[in-house]
Amino acid sequence: MFHAFDNTAPNRSSTRSEWMALLARAPLPLLEQGLQPYRAGRQTEWLRRPETGLYMVQGRVGGTGERFNLGEVTVTRCALRHVAADSQTSAVGVAYVLGRHHRQAELAALADALLQEPAQQARLEQELLTPVRQHLEQLKARRQAQVQSTKVDFFTVAREAGGGDDEEEAA
Amino acid sequence: MRQEDLQRVRPGFEDPVIGSQAVFRQALQALAMPGRPLELTAAAQLPAPGHGAAALLLLALLDSDCTLWLSPSLAGSDAQAWLQFHTGCRCVRDPGQARFLWLAAGDAWPALGAMNAGSDEYPDQSATCVMEVAGLLTEAGQGWLLQGPGIDGQLQLTVNGLPPDFDQQWAGNQASFPRGVDLFLATSTQLVGLPRSTQLHRNETVEA
Repeated sequence: MFHAFDNTAPNRSSTRSEWMALLARAPLPLLEQGLQPYRAGRQTEWLRRPETGLYMVQGRVGGTGERFNLGEVTVTRCALRHVAADSQTSAVGVAYVLGRHHRQAELAALADALLQEPAQQARLEQELLTPVRQHLEQLKARRQAQVQSTKVDFFTVAREAGGGDDEEEAA
Repeated sequence: MRQEDLQRVRPGFEDPVIGSQAVFRQALQALAMPGRPLELTAAAQLPAPGHGAAALLLLALLDSDCTLWLSPSLAGSDAQAWLQFHTGCRCVRDPGQARFLWLAAGDAWPALGAMNAGSDEYPDQSATCVMEVAGLLTEAGQGWLLQGPGIDGQLQLTVNGLPPDFDQQWAGNQASFPRGVDLFLATSTQLVGLPRSTQLHRNETVEA
């Protein structure tokens, strides 16, 4: 669930794949709050209205074995074109979000479109992406703490060399 | 799909359900009553190249299981990006591999014989070809007399903008019945169905 691009250094602008991954996991209240100033006076045009469907998630045992079907997940996707208020430029924002929340997909796509305008990027990075990043990090830390409390060391069993604890818990 | 293509994509049907059902209904009607021009309009934003009726028809018919061949002026155009984005269809380079073909007016078209005609076991797996034509007229004139299922007696149809050897190609398409290609002829607003069962005869009274 958590990928390396959650851990980008502060004050570094993200690439599109990084911010799309963040937006896809951003909770709705944070999206609403971060996009509040951008909602008025702007035009959006639907290319694809939010629609909910299923994706088959595939995995590999240990990351190396044969691929197998892990299960289906519900995904909501949408695409919209966003016309900047002052100019003729427009950008297409796309979002794929787990779950069935249409509003969340819509806001994530809007944020994706806005982030493609260089003028908006720095401000959005600060007002939207940073809180999302912090939220996800907190979530990760809380999970880690929960898992850590149940950790058992088997002293009688020799540990395999090179098995990193962090990787197992983050999966 | 590349990002530049995505930036150019325009919306499809205003209402995807109503729009595609309305077009699908007209497509059924066109094949059930071959040779009769039907109006085909729907609330949708169409790509710049290509005739409107052809674009609407393919937008309604295609899905992610379909392979599509586009004639040179459409390949790589906004029309291709638009269809791929909204339908998820796959574009192929070989006309013989495609289940759907979109032939633009003004391009060199592959012969009907080069398209997938299905097999004797599965004649339904043949290609459906959408041809852009300049005009469709039902008045008596230098066109065809149509006969076959779905036509009460005979029907007259004049089509402008088909290749000169189309009659021979169609005869070849009929010779392999039940295998064969089904056609839609499209102008910007009208559609005519020509299923493989329809026989075309030149109207002999007037010089073609």
